[in-house]
Amino acid sequence: MQTDINLSIASHTRTSSLNIKMKIGLALVFLSLLLLFLALFNQIQHPALLIIFFIATIAGSLLYTNGLYANTTAGIKNNGVMFKSISNRGAIAWVLGVALTALYILLYWYPELLGLHDNANTGLIGFFDPVSKLLNGHPASQWFVYGVLYTLTIILLGIKFIYKYRHNAYQVKRTISVMFFQLIIAFLIPEILGGLNMPYNDFKNMWPLNYYFFYDWHIDQLLGSGGFGMFVLVWGILSVVLISPVLTYFYGKRWYCSWVCGCGGLAETAGDSFRHLSSKKISAWRIERVLIYSVLFFAALMTGLVIYQYFTKQSQVLFLDSFKVREWYGFYIGAAFSGVIGVGFYPILGSRVWCRFGCPMAAILGIQQKFFSRFRITTNGSQCISCGNCTTYCEMGIDVRWYAQRGQDIVRSSCVGCGVCSAVCPRGVLKLENGPQKTKKLEGPILYQDGQFKIVE
Amino acid sequence: MAPKVVIIGNGISGITCARHIRKLSNYDITVISAESKYFFSRTALMYIYMGHMKEEHTRPYENFFWKQNRINLLQERVVTIHPPENYILLESGEQIRYDYLVLATGSRSNKFGWPGQDLKGVQGLYSLQDLETMEQYTSGIKRATVVGGGLIGIETVEMLLSRNIRVHFLVREKSFWNLVMPPDESEMINKLIYHHQVDLRLDTESKEIKSDETGRVRAIITSKEDTIDCSFVALTVGVSPNIDFVKNSGIQTDRGIIVDDYLQTNFKNIFAIGDCAQFKTPLPGRKPIEQVWYTGKIQGETAARNIVGLQTAYKPGHWFNSAKFFDLEYQTYGLVASQKDESDDWFWWQDRKGERGLRLVWEKNTKIFKGLNAMGIRISHEVCNEWLHDNATIDKVVKELTKANFDPEFFKGYEKEFRRSFEVTHQYITV
Repeated sequence: MQTDINLSIASHTRTSSLNIKMKIGLALVFLSLLLLFLALFNQIQHPALLIIFFIATIAGSLLYTNGLYANTTAGIKNNGVMFKSISNRGAIAWVLGVALTALYILLYWYPELLGLHDNANTGLIGFFDPVSKLLNGHPASQWFVYGVLYTLTIILLGIKFIYKYRHNAYQVKRTISVMFFQLIIAFLIPEILGGLNMPYNDFKNMWPLNYYFFYDWHIDQLLGSGGFGMFVLVWGILSVVLISPVLTYFYGKRWYCSWVCGCGGLAETAGDSFRHLSSKKISAWRIERVLIYSVLFFAALMTGLVIYQYFTKQSQVLFLDSFKVREWYGFYIGAAFSGVIGVGFYPILGSRVWCRFGCPMAAILGIQQKFFSRFRITTNGSQCISCGNCTTYCEMGIDVRWYAQRGQDIVRSSCVGCGVCSAVCPRGVLKLENGPQKTKKLEGPILYQDGQFKIVE
Repeated sequence: MAPKVVIIGNGISGITCARHIRKLSNYDITVISAESKYFFSRTALMYIYMGHMKEEHTRPYENFFWKQNRINLLQERVVTIHPPENYILLESGEQIRYDYLVLATGSRSNKFGWPGQDLKGVQGLYSLQDLETMEQYTSGIKRATVVGGGLIGIETVEMLLSRNIRVHFLVREKSFWNLVMPPDESEMINKLIYHHQVDLRLDTESKEIKSDETGRVRAIITSKEDTIDCSFVALTVGVSPNIDFVKNSGIQTDRGIIVDDYLQTNFKNIFAIGDCAQFKTPLPGRKPIEQVWYTGKIQGETAARNIVGLQTAYKPGHWFNSAKFFDLEYQTYGLVASQKDESDDWFWWQDRKGERGLRLVWEKNTKIFKGLNAMGIRISHEVCNEWLHDNATIDKVVKELTKANFDPEFFKGYEKEFRRSFEVTHQYITV
């Protein structure tokens, strides 16, 4: 007998029940997308329409969120995740993935198609000129438009995330934190600095994630900006050598990756609907280790060459040309990996592809987290029932269950400490904790027998 | 040649047994299951239906794991066992010889002979096949009835609600799960069930299930003579050992397969573990048949050790368990009965919103801590176990409550409030 059970429950798609608030909300969001589309093709250029865009986006999103969660009890909201087209790699997911990828390709390599021009912007970028002038006195650039949309996304989908996880204080606080860092530190302060003719600086964006920090033009710009420039330089170096190691020692890499970082911020808010799409296979873990440490090596090599060149004025070291290496890094890692694949492929590969496979900052923090940090996820004795919710909803593709069912602590370099495994666990098994390093339970399996917890074999 | 072990059943008990035999020996291991080729977590069936996970997410090991660990998987049904000759017969006609046989055949849903219990759209919920038929018979329906107020019952209610199906819930007891839980905890869950707009009918049983002209359920008649129209009936009135094919083999059975403290049946080389095993002499405070995830695990490991010759008795330690009722998590450690024992004292605390609750139980005379129930609160297993193991007093437990807090960071503490109200009622204890 070979009854192969095909649980193709996903094909019986539930008739979705959009209530009136959600319908109006979606209509408003579509209206704002339509405005962007019209602007892209240079059909509209008017501040009033820009105001309508913002109002429609914010009101639509809030209304949708409210309609979605207002009549629900506080708790885990994963019903139907595996059935919905958008979250189950269906048609909607592919359309969204292609659209996002296209947007990134335009941003990085064809900004003129978005309306970027030296004399006067047109199209999508021109549409946002008024906001840019208001904040920094200059016309918008493609990166300004990107920053506005990026920040808006984190704020609005952050609110949705908070509503969704309102029963979980850790999730609420963490999300308020990423929203704050994106809006104030990553967006507003740099724009205002730009307006004051000071060097644009995102104070939380650290080397090596900020790979141009040690570029000659950047160093020169900082050195040429008086006391403020000096402060930024010292702060940037201190962040790398002191602040980050200390915070990572006490709290793990989560202090950065899921509380502060902008890439993490987008992944945690906009990417929340796609977190389960990360691959949990051991083969994916192997690829992860090769890729992320290669990128770290690449980033370190490039920075080394840049600094060498800065002091010696020699761009050629052996067969490597400093300018070429820089160019390669910018193209392959800075643009193609972190942007196009990292975000464009959210609906297909999950929300943390860049953070897991590429980010050199995550690589460094990960090594620290594994060997020099008080952070770990503890498991609650023998309460685990191996259901798999933790593993499924781990955006970093960690097989959390593998540890939990053995009663072993989870000490993995890739863990960003989002805390969702703990939130979705139906048996109260997982807890994110900081404690003395020697209390990490790295040995397994731990068996519950004979009234004692003991290590067998 | 390495001894050959055949394990019937690939649930948590059978698989744990196989894994530990592999860890401890080079024996030849075959696991047979008619239900599925690969081990999956039965506890996660509800999440597949609700769309939180797919079937592959519920497999704790990747498919390559079995080959890598030289554990042969066979998807077949076993028809008969022949203990004197040491072989089993498969439905396909094939015979498999064994040196050791492990019976880990699990449970099946109870049916108590109600008229109409075999109609289309009437079923229990235990196996992958059950899930498949439930998917089929609940697709597009408007109303369903769940009969039986246990853990599977309330999970089935939650599953049906996730598909926007109106649920009628017949519970024999006067309050949900009050044979297991004290009244306060039970009442918390009653409220939750009502809050989710379930038509909860306490003190009510099923009397008859009515069919339409196609042989499908049309309605159910309750013990109170009410007729409820519905297109699906889930019978979740408990489970029993799945041992029909064992009964005429000469292996001693009662409700389950009779085993000693070493999980051995009346045949030296045949073991029974998990839901299907029944202890000849149950351990003090424990039931003869234990249908819990972690006892299956411990029994699997214990049998494995005995099979490879490391004689080990089954010693599960202090009782604990957990469950989730809708969004409300429940954990229990030690012994908390539904009614207070004469010789015990207990204290129940609940927050103002009624979302969290904690009950401590101790022996009146000695003040020794006996157990706790936590509702909406996560408690550390390790700390509780230490208290129970060391015969800690209730004073010590109340004082050290924070040590056992396993809630996520930034969750509102309850210890202060708990202590305050505890001290008001039990001044004689904390001086």
